[in-house]
Amino acid sequence: METNANDMSCKELVELVTDFLEGALSPADRRRFELHIVKCDWCKIYIDQIRLTIKVAGKLSEDSIPPRVQSELLAVFRDWKKG
Amino acid sequence: MPTQRTGDMASRAPTSAPPVSFRTSPEESELLAALRRGDEAAFSRLVVTHHNALLRVARLYVGSHTVSEEVVQETWLGVLKGLDRFEGRCSLKTWIFQVLINRAKTRGERESRMIPFSAMFDAQSDPGEPAVDPSQFNENDPEWPGGWMTQPRDWGKTPEQVLLSQELRAVVQSAIETLPPNQKEVITLRDVQGWTSEEVCNILGVRETNQRVLLHRARSKVRQILDQYFAAR
Repeated sequence: METNANDMSCKELVELVTDFLEGALSPADRRRFELHIVKCDWCKIYIDQIRLTIKVAGKLSEDSIPPRVQSELLAVFRDWKKG
Repeated sequence: MPTQRTGDMASRAPTSAPPVSFRTSPEESELLAALRRGDEAAFSRLVVTHHNALLRVARLYVGSHTVSEEVVQETWLGVLKGLDRFEGRCSLKTWIFQVLINRAKTRGERESRMIPFSAMFDAQSDPGEPAVDPSQFNENDPEWPGGWMTQPRDWGKTPEQVLLSQELRAVVQSAIETLPPNQKEVITLRDVQGWTSEEVCNILGVRETNQRVLLHRARSKVRQILDQYFAAR
């Protein structure tokens, strides 16, 4: 395997995952990042872990609103309407 | 900010009609008009869309769920009272959350809590922890210097019902609770509520780079805690 000083290491990659997912890497770093994951299945697993973390966090906002709260707020709205 | 200037000019325009919005989308302008004429269905939609998020965000600044409920109730009232003055310099959503955060911070200060200001965070002066424990990497590997010592756990092999379970959500929720306030603020808005970085930067008054660093640290930490959970299963 040929490696050179410009190659991204796994240790460096884990610090750049967010910048990568946010599209905030410089073109040069983005290229180094992409070259790394072509060769490194373990970093792909790591990135999948981060993606899953984001996905599960997103599930936390799926709770519904209790009907009691809905009707209380509608009462507030009606009061406001009356002025 | 150039957009600010547009808004100022609009507010000085001699008109008795509600101010025209510049930043709001057509759907939002319609919603605003409906709210202003007292359309209950429109208000219900707004409540369904934002209520839980408001509670979640309020809870970042105040000490109990009960107080956050009070703050959200006050926010809805404040929003209704301010509707006619709302000029659409920002989106309706941004405005509602600004009202909330101002109130929640005031309440939090009164409770003499430390208020999290991610706006005051500076990535340059705060190096933070590495995303992954450095002992997981082998600096001396001749072929892959700084490469993984062992393969990261493949969560992808976890059955779907576990991934969607209440238990796993609880793990993530409590992991978020352990974060420093400024990281909690950012990950809650970005990943839990699914806001864009632009929205988060606007509402929290944080620079984009700093927002990204906070998000990175928060996600890395939550990932670590999730990984420990998967290791113990």
